[in-house]
Amino acid sequence: MEIGWVEKSALGIKSATPIISVFLLVVASVLPWHLPGLAPITPAFSLIAIYFWAIYRPDKLPYAATFFAGILQDILSGGPLGMTALVMLLLHGIVSTQRNFLQGKPFYVVWWGFSLLVPLVTLIGWGVASLYFGLVVPIVPLVMHVILTLLLYPFISFVLVKLQNSLLVRI
Amino acid sequence: MRTIQGLALLQILFFRFFFQRSSFFIFIGFAVALIVISQVQPLSLEKIRTSITDIASPVLGFISRPASSVSNIADNIESIVAVRKENAKLREENSRLMLWQPLVSHLESENLALRKLLNVIPDPDSKFTTARIVGDAGGPFVRTLLVAAGENQGVYKGQAVITHGGLVGRIVEAGNSSARILLITDLNSRIPIVLEKGRNRGILVGLNTDTLEIQFLPLNAQPDIGDRLVTSGAGGVFPPGLPVGYISDISEESIQVEPWVTFDRLEFVSILDYILPGIMPSTRRAGLADMID
Repeated sequence: MEIGWVEKSALGIKSATPIISVFLLVVASVLPWHLPGLAPITPAFSLIAIYFWAIYRPDKLPYAATFFAGILQDILSGGPLGMTALVMLLLHGIVSTQRNFLQGKPFYVVWWGFSLLVPLVTLIGWGVASLYFGLVVPIVPLVMHVILTLLLYPFISFVLVKLQNSLLVRI
Repeated sequence: MRTIQGLALLQILFFRFFFQRSSFFIFIGFAVALIVISQVQPLSLEKIRTSITDIASPVLGFISRPASSVSNIADNIESIVAVRKENAKLREENSRLMLWQPLVSHLESENLALRKLLNVIPDPDSKFTTARIVGDAGGPFVRTLLVAAGENQGVYKGQAVITHGGLVGRIVEAGNSSARILLITDLNSRIPIVLEKGRNRGILVGLNTDTLEIQFLPLNAQPDIGDRLVTSGAGGVFPPGLPVGYISDISEESIQVEPWVTFDRLEFVSILDYILPGIMPSTRRAGLADMID
């Protein structure tokens, strides 16, 4: 049976859920939240989505999408162009190699994997930023930023699981 | 037949693996190349950056409204809790300020008379544009804000940004309808300041945290905790006398400064069009970009 353009576009939007979610989280990280003390340690929302989709739906999140999401974040935040893209791509690339291990594992194992990889890629980002600016970027806000990202993982991944089960389960 | 099929499958798998891996390395290469280009030739990519922020700023402005209402709820709860304490504090402050009022008006008229007597050249006037903040670059690497006003509204690179509390930062990128502010707390921010007491000059350096640090203060300077500092006007980027903050801590290694501005509460900022007569090109007021770069 032929499917109409409405169904086709609905299917297209549904299968773009991972990409859309990563871009929305990029935008969320540059919004003015006006919460006391949050700005310097704003969590890396989009790393959570990249980690999640790279494990569960790598077919729906190409490296190109990760790259452009990182570039968008760099442009909107005014940071060194390419730095966030590099950090995101490294996380995506490493998770792809560990996918067979992580897929199907209980939640706490996946979270544990996230808590190993995020400090690693953030540290690489810190090195790049320090070299770029020719200064040592202060480490304390960086540590707080990583801790906050790790603590947020269960909440955001919960929403992503819901999206995966409702929109992507048969695609 | 089966062997041929198996070989074809292997071939497909190999190409898929190779393509996936190579696309990873290609994009890593792009990212590294962009980092290098933006470090070596920052101006070459500026046009692209500002064009994209011009497109994104209305979208961010639209989305940031609900975000700011979330913060308003938090603010309301906080202010209800603190209202009694705040009221007592304001009453006390008000009675103290009432004592100052006659003294200030006396000093103002005296100052004016003395200036006239000495034939002092007045500081140039500054006009300002007020704009809404639509983006706040969160994260530990940069401290910048995005405002929904650009060159079309008279906002140019190099202009000082203030709020009623004091100095916020300066414009580092200006598109047609959006501009980026480098906050004074950013790691790359350097502000020439002067201590109100003692008139010693120094440079205020951002640390990507909520406090700042004074460097290059003369050795004979004797700063105290609570001393206030203002912009010195050196370099011509900032008008002199803008309040910046006060000294909050002095140790062997550093002098810490607490800024007047509470950055997480900012919703609107004013961008000053300040120009020193005779220095700037008349066509582009406060277009300090060329001088800074």
